[in-house]
Amino acid sequence: MIGRWFRSGPAEPAGPVDAATTASLAARLDAAAQTRLGRSLAIRHVNTGSCNGCELELRALRNAFYDLEQYGLRFVESPRHADVLLVTGPLTRNLREALEAAWDATPEPKWVVAVGDCAVDGGVFKGSYAVLGGTGASVPVDLTISGCPPTPARLLAGLRALLEANVRPGRGIAAG
Amino acid sequence: MAAALARDTTALLGLWADTIQVHALFRDGHDILAASVAVEAGCYPALSPARPAAALFERMVRDLWGHAAEGGRDDRSWLDHGRWPLTHPLSPRPGLPGGALEPPEFATLDEQGVMQIPLGPIHGAIEEPWHLRLSAQGENVLRAEVRLGYAHKGTLELMRGKSPRTAARFVARLAAEATVAHALAFARAAEAALNVAAPPRAAALRAVMTELERIAGHLDDLARMADAAGLAPLHAAAGRQRELLLRASDRAFGQRLMMDVVVPGGIAAEIAPDGVAAIRNALDDLATALPGLRRRLDPLLARLEGAGIIVGADAGGLVGRAAGRAFDARLLDPAYAAFGLRSTIEHAGDAAARCRVRLAEIADSLRMLRTLLDELPEGSTSIALPAESGEGIGSAESLRGTIWHWLRLDHGQIAAAFPCDPGWALWPLAEAAITSGPVEDVDMIRLSCSLPASALDL
Repeated sequence: MIGRWFRSGPAEPAGPVDAATTASLAARLDAAAQTRLGRSLAIRHVNTGSCNGCELELRALRNAFYDLEQYGLRFVESPRHADVLLVTGPLTRNLREALEAAWDATPEPKWVVAVGDCAVDGGVFKGSYAVLGGTGASVPVDLTISGCPPTPARLLAGLRALLEANVRPGRGIAAG
Repeated sequence: MAAALARDTTALLGLWADTIQVHALFRDGHDILAASVAVEAGCYPALSPARPAAALFERMVRDLWGHAAEGGRDDRSWLDHGRWPLTHPLSPRPGLPGGALEPPEFATLDEQGVMQIPLGPIHGAIEEPWHLRLSAQGENVLRAEVRLGYAHKGTLELMRGKSPRTAARFVARLAAEATVAHALAFARAAEAALNVAAPPRAAALRAVMTELERIAGHLDDLARMADAAGLAPLHAAAGRQRELLLRASDRAFGQRLMMDVVVPGGIAAEIAPDGVAAIRNALDDLATALPGLRRRLDPLLARLEGAGIIVGADAGGLVGRAAGRAFDARLLDPAYAAFGLRSTIEHAGDAAARCRVRLAEIADSLRMLRTLLDELPEGSTSIALPAESGEGIGSAESLRGTIWHWLRLDHGQIAAAFPCDPGWALWPLAEAAITSGPVEDVDMIRLSCSLPASALDL
């Protein structure tokens, strides 16, 4: 009974594919992929001695109100998968080596984003014997997002600016 | 000190030093006992043989002040990883660098079939910097040892010589998840040292902020556990309620985390005119969402049943209340006297019990907040602090337990201070709870206890 529904005659042999159409479709798909799928950044968080304030606000980026991933921004577990190192906290002497190891492990091209007043220049901990200063004391910084801690809205604005800049050539921007 | 130790019921709350003395704080039931012992020839009698929880403190005291604990159980360095330009930064004569070992020596097991699993200090998730060294055989953890100090920022040295108002900025940045509680304990210590009290309106608003922070903190930890367990509905629900509370806090106090709002002498700014209404709206939304949150918690509770059991220990706070211990610093606080605080008690002592305590505390705080907002006293929110000398201790109940602050003022300036976070007691308990459990439970146990890093790294 069921077999009868599927019964059909033998299929006709297919003709050749039009090479010109294929090439033009592939080119259009490439362009679309570049603009839609290319707008994505993998972010690796590195804590260099933060008070946990920036972490609380970074976690808020994942809630339903900000929904970071809708912009193609996502946190990844390994620096080897990352386009962006997102650094929080004043750079403590005890964590400098860890930051440099993460930076070395991140493939080029890479961006470094310093998040929060501490990562910008050491913040209130500037001048302490245990603190080297901001992220820039050890690795080159491409973008700074200030605030103590920066609000999720501010973080999102900064990261989206980075996303826009990433599809164009050129580096070195400041979101606040 | 010996007399306090002879009685077995005393729990060690904290141990710290100044340039000439070592101070210890104990709790016997609801009595708080402070004891001091002079440092002679760079040494003081160790507490760790009688109270194992003192070991981390003794290592910290040695790294910062250079006082050695005679007869201590552990003399490895703790905060000092051999990277500072000096040693013993808080002693009158800091030494030259080059004492501490990095990488540190861990008390690992070198047996056949035992593997070492290093976790941290830089993590895949959005985390604080801590390092956990596990010795595991197959899936079973045989030994767990924590290493902190990565986030050491020299906070105590920065506070020295400042007025309490100025130093409050550093205190607020000890641990952002408990910034209100740390600032409150510090403010109370300063007020006790100067023999003044914050105005009633400030006291009530401080209680409002403490409870808002507690609910937001519990929701954040539940969301993180849900995320780790792959429970998207709970993660989304807890994240949503937390965000609404933070937005209300922003509206009311001008800062989402309420950082720098509690200061010695009162609070830094009056609550915004529409602040009370904003908080009430967020609380109404939370009250509506609570039954759903409770329902979504069930799969997590089933997952956590029997994991990370901590019982019969000195622990106070959340971990203690999940294991039948009733101590809560809010019981000592006149601002809460009107509520007849029901300290929520569970007895199993596992991670699931800690989650149930959290949910019950969210409901309790909600109820207290509504009363507090209805009965806000009128009047000023701050008093000026006299530039006098004195010594004081203050406490506040944070999301993970009781925070104690001690300070000594010299003509209105801080001569010595120490912030004692409950995390000092919690990490060793968590180490023990992780040991003999499976490797996959480590994250859940850690999150269920709200273990801090920055708060201990100073």
